[in-house]
Amino acid sequence: MLAFAIRRLIEAAFVMLTVALLSFVLFRFVGDPINQIVSQDASLEERIRLREDLGLNDPIPVQFGRFVWKAMNLDFGVSYQVKQPVITILMDRFPATLELAFAAALFAIAIGIPMGVYTGIHRHSMLSKWFLSISLIGISLPTFLIGILLIYVFAVKLGWLPSYGRGETVKIGFWKTGLLTWSGLKALILPAITLGLFQMTLITRLVRSEMLEVLRTDYIKFARARGLSNRAVYFGHALKNTLVPVVTIIGLQVGAIIAFAIITETVFQWPGMGLLFIKSVQTADIPVMSAYLLLVAFMFVVINFIVDLLYVAIDPRIRLAGSGAGH
Amino acid sequence: MTGPVLSVRNLRVEFPTRHGTLRAVDDISFDIAAGEVLGVVGESGAGKSMTGTAVIGLLEPPGRIAGGEVRLKGQRIDNLAGEALRRIRGRRIGMVFQDPLTSLNPLYRVGEQIIETMRTHLPMSEAQARRRAIELLSEVGIQGASDRLDSYPHQFSGGMRQRVVLALALCAEPELIVADEPTTALDVSIQAQIIQLIKRLCRERGTAVMLITHDMGVIAETADRVAVMYAGRIAEIGQVADVVQRPSHPYTKGLMGSIPTLEGSETRLVQIPGSMPRLTAIPQGCAFNPRCPQAFARCFLEQPAAVFVGRSEVACWLASATPVQGTP
Ligand SMILES: Nc1ncnc2c1ncn2[C@@H]1O[C@H](COP(=O)(O)OP(=O)(O)O)[C@@H](O)[C@H]1O
Ligand code: SF4
Ligand SMILES: [Mg+2]
Repeated sequence: MLAFAIRRLIEAAFVMLTVALLSFVLFRFVGDPINQIVSQDASLEERIRLREDLGLNDPIPVQFGRFVWKAMNLDFGVSYQVKQPVITILMDRFPATLELAFAAALFAIAIGIPMGVYTGIHRHSMLSKWFLSISLIGISLPTFLIGILLIYVFAVKLGWLPSYGRGETVKIGFWKTGLLTWSGLKALILPAITLGLFQMTLITRLVRSEMLEVLRTDYIKFARARGLSNRAVYFGHALKNTLVPVVTIIGLQVGAIIAFAIITETVFQWPGMGLLFIKSVQTADIPVMSAYLLLVAFMFVVINFIVDLLYVAIDPRIRLAGSGAGH
Repeated sequence: MTGPVLSVRNLRVEFPTRHGTLRAVDDISFDIAAGEVLGVVGESGAGKSMTGTAVIGLLEPPGRIAGGEVRLKGQRIDNLAGEALRRIRGRRIGMVFQDPLTSLNPLYRVGEQIIETMRTHLPMSEAQARRRAIELLSEVGIQGASDRLDSYPHQFSGGMRQRVVLALALCAEPELIVADEPTTALDVSIQAQIIQLIKRLCRERGTAVMLITHDMGVIAETADRVAVMYAGRIAEIGQVADVVQRPSHPYTKGLMGSIPTLEGSETRLVQIPGSMPRLTAIPQGCAFNPRCPQAFARCFLEQPAAVFVGRSEVACWLASATPVQGTP
């Protein structure tokens, strides 16, 4: 178990280093950092001095090392555009994106799993066919269109929910949360559905097909032959056996949710990192872009690590194989 | 004498398909008494599993019982559904499937699965069930049962897993066990042990056993009576000694010819030339007629009904022609 965790951590470190290299190349070589910092009419001496001060004349590996070290200390430099430390700007935006992603994932899981189980068990029911047709829409419509449709119906026509922004937020330490106010929660609904709909349908379909598969197995037949209740058979024995692939997909999809938040945040003018990233691309604000890249990669890695631990919690075969103890 | 534990009368199992209705089990009748082992033998596809599955009420739709009745201690169970049927499964009828490697849920400890089954059917506390589960595991021959209770299925060998499956089938003290090829998937060296274990445990408890197999050797050693199935029907049923030593049905004779008299390894049922017809192509008259060395005109026109030959019942026109040698 420990060996397993350590191996995963080393792999994660490798992934992070690779992304850091990418991010560094972006940071260091796309455009000249000096030009971005100093004004147009700065003298040559000024530029050379700044170059020396920033360490841009050091060997590249040294610069990379310094980049990584600083990143580990959460120092991503100063935004060219806003002239503030990148970390300050990111941390201002991070809670918004994380709360949105969390709400979207929760929506996808809380609706997707029960719908998958239902459609898996009642394969031929009318309701199942309905669910599957709806899920087809979720898969085929692009996110921005769903967002616009939802805004049109629930914000414009019905006027139930706000069409943009985060509503009121409350500050807890550095964390600005929208989860504690009524308007914040209301503002979260439409973006969360928009962002999570694709994943919800994905989970529905995955759970459904896994359920169909598992329900055909001998141990389910045997569980029935033992006279267990339907509830025990479906939820105790069948659902648990679908969880390993489902958790994998959910893990990957949470990463995708964070990445795709860019579109949803743009549609709903959600003040998160995605919106920030779009702006930083428009203004070629390289430090912000490279820090965003690192942060998203870091979240991917953390989520993957959690998924691996979940596997182990779910499936004893992985647990025991991982520890090398068969008995 | 009390009545049989299981009584099956004129059972028919059908599958509606696009090309018409397939009859997998056709007009089958047999009884099993308490403590008795009925062997059910026949080639693959003869309808053995369908019969067992119908008895325990686990036919997968669209398969259904299309006729006849199944009685457990006199109570009709073929027309039960849902909750009433569930209460019988595992409680009054235990089941053992062919492959112990896939019969157990890989994600739960074997103890959890046994305790869950017991507590589903019997009013027991967790602690009582646990104690009982340990006793049961030792009874089926698992060493260090109190520790092994917390092992997962994949930590047991195939033979050991079949012992666990057997413990699961027996844990609510059922009156009948349906064992569908319980040793087919196992290593030859442990098949005999498992068969002996089933036989001993059921005899001690007075449990009736329906032992499905295609291994005539297993039947000869274990069963009290045997039903020989062919194409969904019973060709011959009787005491093992009678059927093995004095088979009446040409199909059974062929099967017996395939049991080696000396210490041979091949006891499988493949020696009769030809193969069993598929359900879609059952010939008119006696289903065995294409392969039967003694077939005559009537065999191609009419289906033979079962008649007594000695203590056995035989479905063959030759048997009908011979004078009845007495009633049981
Ligand atoms: N779902 C099904 N639909 C149609 N026919 C089936 C189905 N399942 C089994 N059968 C047929 O029923 C017959 C009996 O099968 P089975 O009882 O499993 O045979 P056995 O256990 O004796 O080998 C076989 O001919 C098989 O092809
Ligand atoms: S009825 Fe005819 S074909 Fe069938 S087993 Fe008897 S002799 Fe052979
Ligand atoms: Mg079978």
